[in-house]
Amino acid sequence: MEETRNRLSLTPVLLLTAILACAGCGKEPAGQNAAAKAGGPKPIVVGSFLSLTGPTATFGRTTQQGIALAVQERNAAGGVSGRPVQVLFRDNQGKTQETGTVVERLITADHVVALLGEVASTQSLTAAPIAQQYGVPMISPSSTNPAVTQVGNMIFRTCFIDPDQGYAVARFAYDNLKARKAAVLYDQRQAYSVGLRDAFTGWFKKMGGTITAVEAYSSGDSDYSAQLGRIRDGHPDVIYIPGYYTEVGTIAIQARNLGLKMPLLGSDGWESPKLTEIAGNALDGCYYSNHYAPEDDSPQSKAFVAAYRQAYGTTPGALAALGYDAANLLFDAMTRAQSLDGKDLAQAIAQTRGFVGVTGTITMGPDRNPKNKSMVILEIKNGQPTYVTRIQPPDEK
Amino acid sequence: MNDLFQTFVAGLRLGCIYGLVALGYTMVYGVLRFINFAHGDIVMVGAWLCFIVARAMHWTGFTAHPPLYAAAFVLLISMTACALLGWLTERLAYRPLRRAPRLNVLIAAIGVSLFIENAGQLRFLFGTEPQAMPSLLPRAQTALITLLGVRITVLDVVIGLLAVGLMIALDILVFRTRLGLAMRAVAFDDAAAALTGVPVNRVVGMTFIIGSALAAAGGFIFATEYHNLQQPAEMSWILLGLKAFVAAVVGGIGNIRGAMVGGLLLALLEQFGGRYVSNDLRDVYVFAILILVLLVKPGGIMGAQVTEKV
Repeated sequence: MEETRNRLSLTPVLLLTAILACAGCGKEPAGQNAAAKAGGPKPIVVGSFLSLTGPTATFGRTTQQGIALAVQERNAAGGVSGRPVQVLFRDNQGKTQETGTVVERLITADHVVALLGEVASTQSLTAAPIAQQYGVPMISPSSTNPAVTQVGNMIFRTCFIDPDQGYAVARFAYDNLKARKAAVLYDQRQAYSVGLRDAFTGWFKKMGGTITAVEAYSSGDSDYSAQLGRIRDGHPDVIYIPGYYTEVGTIAIQARNLGLKMPLLGSDGWESPKLTEIAGNALDGCYYSNHYAPEDDSPQSKAFVAAYRQAYGTTPGALAALGYDAANLLFDAMTRAQSLDGKDLAQAIAQTRGFVGVTGTITMGPDRNPKNKSMVILEIKNGQPTYVTRIQPPDEK
Repeated sequence: MNDLFQTFVAGLRLGCIYGLVALGYTMVYGVLRFINFAHGDIVMVGAWLCFIVARAMHWTGFTAHPPLYAAAFVLLISMTACALLGWLTERLAYRPLRRAPRLNVLIAAIGVSLFIENAGQLRFLFGTEPQAMPSLLPRAQTALITLLGVRITVLDVVIGLLAVGLMIALDILVFRTRLGLAMRAVAFDDAAAALTGVPVNRVVGMTFIIGSALAAAGGFIFATEYHNLQQPAEMSWILLGLKAFVAAVVGGIGNIRGAMVGGLLLALLEQFGGRYVSNDLRDVYVFAILILVLLVKPGGIMGAQVTEKV
């Protein structure tokens, strides 16, 4: 009797474990490149950690596609100094704990020579100290928080930084939209959003505008009526929402329902097809700053857009372009580096001058950020982001 | 005045969701004396099922024109499926542990919760990206009446009627029917109830079925009201489940009328605090009131006067 009871109670537990194990199988990170399996010279292994699943998955996936395209083109053209390049993509599920584990494993178990990642600054800030500690160069394609590259001499980026991005939106709001009163609604859980809040409010006040309210939300919130109500009290001309696309769409709908009709302004975190899918037409007539517009008519951009369309069937966004640029910049540095040792490679990346990428010409500054990268402002028209203007970073900091 | 009323309406909207979800926590606690931590995940499943059904019927997207019965159809499917899921969790994970120490059941509940959350991330289930849930009601955002300058939309009225209707139905079921009597009997003393011929297992199963169906209704309201379905679960669903649990405790755990009152109270507190004091402390109010209630009136606001526990 006793035995039967034990078996009975164990059955469901075993069943659940079995199903759970199966569920785990499906989540293994994307496979390795085919290049490694072919004979010939040993491939150069680069690690990439991205949020391929999770709340900001479209960031990770488009970046991955950009990097993969760069690798494919490079290997087709003979690789780096005769050796093929292999990129190991690892998923961090958009979680900081996971980023730490994944990066550590890429360095110690897979022995990668360099790291490419992440999009979200919070994730890059988790990975950077690890890369720095092990002396592995890391290039973040699109983390815009200034603190990322301040971690140490191994950490680089290929995008502009938030103080400049905040400036661009403030400049656009003040000059082009003639806004004099602005409110800010930011995500208190994201280093990225907090940094942009400070940059925007600082510049907007310096230009002569007034900030009527600064309100916070947390990633994953769904009701914003309290914050929007407080914002409405100040009657701002624009509302700056430097958040991620996951929440911005809902915020826009609720703002419109509460009768807030002014333009909403945003940052590169808005960049996702999901944005207007969630918002519907609530975001029409709103603007955001970005790294790149597919309408750009430089030859590099045209070639990239064509190749990307052929490979994936969609028009590349800014994150794909930045992933592509980051990978190519790394390959370029590899050909110039004395060896693929962390120190030599980092030195070669730091010496990058006039690298012509899709998102602009990159010259690494002493702070390991690209110098003077310009920004584009996009307007959402009928659910489609369209190019409005290009803004240069400020002369004074 | 306008603004005060606006905040009040926002509180009612949120309160409907908290209340419906809190009912499930409180019913299970009443009958089995344990906290079903997987209940918050049933809400997530309910909300996502609404989206999946709508997508399968091509009712999502810019061009979709869902028929009049769309909302009812989606709600029904979601409630039925969640009822089944709730029954299954009880049958597979909790019933075998019915005579085991309470801690084992609690751990099993956490296991079920993690299982649902992680299985939900599978690509053929909910995936890992946020999705936009469209409103299934035609002209949902048109104002039905404008009261004190606040637009009361068609959606608000439908949601309010649905939540209040379900709560009244539950109240009648528990206090006026034979099944309700059996539930209260099991809650009072399951061994004695069994001796008098109450089919305890079936009654417990029914409790899970009803609680989970109500959770699905909460998920449906969430999906149609806030449009944005997050994934993975820790993004927003876990906090929602926790707050509903707090609502159940504040109202007096085991007490179904208390759960409704607790849900409304918590939502109003959250909205008014967020609007007039500081929005940064929103979650703090919720958990501060939990501590306060546990210190001052551990039985909950409605805990003292009612002896029946269901």
